[in-house]
Amino acid sequence: MDKIRKNKLAIFLFIFPAAVLFIGIIIVPIIMSAIYSFHDWDGITDMKFIGVKNYIELFTSESAGFPKTILNALLLAILSVFIQLPISLALALRISRGIKGERFFMTVFFIPVLISTVVIGQLWLKIYNPRYGILNVALETLGLDSWCHTWLGEQETALMAVFMPTLWQYVGYHMLLMYAGVKSVSPDVIEAAKIDGANGWQVSTRIIIPLLKPVIKICVIFAVTGSLKAFDMIYVLTGGGPDHASEVPSTLMVSMIFGQSRYGFGSAIAVSIIFLCFFFAIVIKRCIKTEEY
Amino acid sequence: MKKNYTYNEINGKKATPREKFPLISYIVLIFWTLVCVFPLYWMFTFSLKENNEIFGDNVIGLPEKWLFSNYKEAMEVGNMGKYFINSAIVTGATILFTVVFALMACYALTRMKWRGREMANNIFMLGLTVPIHAAILPVFLILRSLKMTNSYQALIVPYTAFALAMAIMIFGSFMANIPEELEESACIDGCGTFGIFFKIILPLMLPAISTVAIFTFLQAWNELMFAVIFISDSDYRTLPVGIQTLCGSYTTKWGPIGAALCIATFPTLLVYSFMSKKIQESLIAGAIKG
Repeated sequence: MDKIRKNKLAIFLFIFPAAVLFIGIIIVPIIMSAIYSFHDWDGITDMKFIGVKNYIELFTSESAGFPKTILNALLLAILSVFIQLPISLALALRISRGIKGERFFMTVFFIPVLISTVVIGQLWLKIYNPRYGILNVALETLGLDSWCHTWLGEQETALMAVFMPTLWQYVGYHMLLMYAGVKSVSPDVIEAAKIDGANGWQVSTRIIIPLLKPVIKICVIFAVTGSLKAFDMIYVLTGGGPDHASEVPSTLMVSMIFGQSRYGFGSAIAVSIIFLCFFFAIVIKRCIKTEEY
Repeated sequence: MKKNYTYNEINGKKATPREKFPLISYIVLIFWTLVCVFPLYWMFTFSLKENNEIFGDNVIGLPEKWLFSNYKEAMEVGNMGKYFINSAIVTGATILFTVVFALMACYALTRMKWRGREMANNIFMLGLTVPIHAAILPVFLILRSLKMTNSYQALIVPYTAFALAMAIMIFGSFMANIPEELEESACIDGCGTFGIFFKIILPLMLPAISTVAIFTFLQAWNELMFAVIFISDSDYRTLPVGIQTLCGSYTTKWGPIGAALCIATFPTLLVYSFMSKKIQESLIAGAIKG
């Protein structure tokens, strides 16, 4: 058996394709991105080494507006953690505690997660349409004409308008994870609490939520890193506009690289996004302490 | 413990007690159902309507005249059929390569003995947290220098690479449940490394394969950033890019746009309606173990 486990040819054949792809498409490009980020380069003329100038510009330049995109991404992260996740948790707790139609609700709430973000984005473009969109039409029929906005075209509303569908789409995803978590709580524990006289609210807050901590931690990490990486919905709805009002790091990166051919500067944004994702993932892991159950 | 059960029996309680205020719960749940479904319902109805219905006469009702010509228009003018096939090719190939390569790598990483195995495993797991953005410019430059932009490979190769980490992890957690004794007895019966892999491991991994396939499908089918940047030729556009182009050039008539959105959505919903449980389990497997 040992001979079989140490079959060098087999090991090589098994690991080779995955390793080539992984190194060629992920490892090497990340290193290349890091190298580009120290250069001034437009993709045509020669690369010029400029040290950390790209990073300095990134964090100080008003016109590039990178700090603002980070604030936008963090705002999205805060909204997901404090609005989206509580909704998901409430729904998960409701449907996991034996209600009729459990599977039906579960299935329906999850539908938006499966649909392509482009489709959802295009659909919300129509919902937000200032003249015929269902949102303004509804407001008009309710006599709230003054509440109508060119949702995606105005500086003040654009950011919230692009965040809404993002939050809406992924409620079902977090709910699914939490639902699975609640289901894995042993019924004996809940039963015991009930016998001790706990009501439904107490069971949820004192028993289930503390036991759900590991799942909640995963959800928070997903919500925060997902917010830092957010691209599709914003690209479809506004492309970062109007006048950068709804810009996030990844839309800025794409427009720098492929719009303005600032390869070095764009790569610095890419490296910053990776760094921020890792940073927040580690911070969250440290902050939410979980014991192994 | 036994006493508890008798207590329940006396009180006639069920194992999962019903709530005290089901009405409030139902109002909340039905409200959220509407929030989830209404936009999709609206999309479906306007995909079958004419502009004057969408824009005033009949905003949210069912269409008066069911205009299936919108779908025909989306297929012919919008080329949705072609994009659909492209998406199917790209996604299908991505799933195939991801499953094959990840399964092979996973076997070598978890069951075989070699130096540097731990490190290799850690490097692959690093791939779970790396965002796809990180690689976009270098991958684009590589593809451009190989004259490979505007091809199916331009998407299949990166999609597979980025799906590998997750796939290896999911396979790993399934493989941990296959007892080593099975392989040992196969070895005694005269199986070699490849025999064990194909005759013992592969059949037992079928549920894991469907999990990985579902996970990869959702990622590849919906991916936008790479597709939008690597593909400019309409012959290779995938559905998300195709929809973007169609909606950009076709702003005034909403019917065909709605139809295009529906065409992109139906297959997913159809598959989902048949195997919702399996799909949900797959996504849980992908998240919790990460």
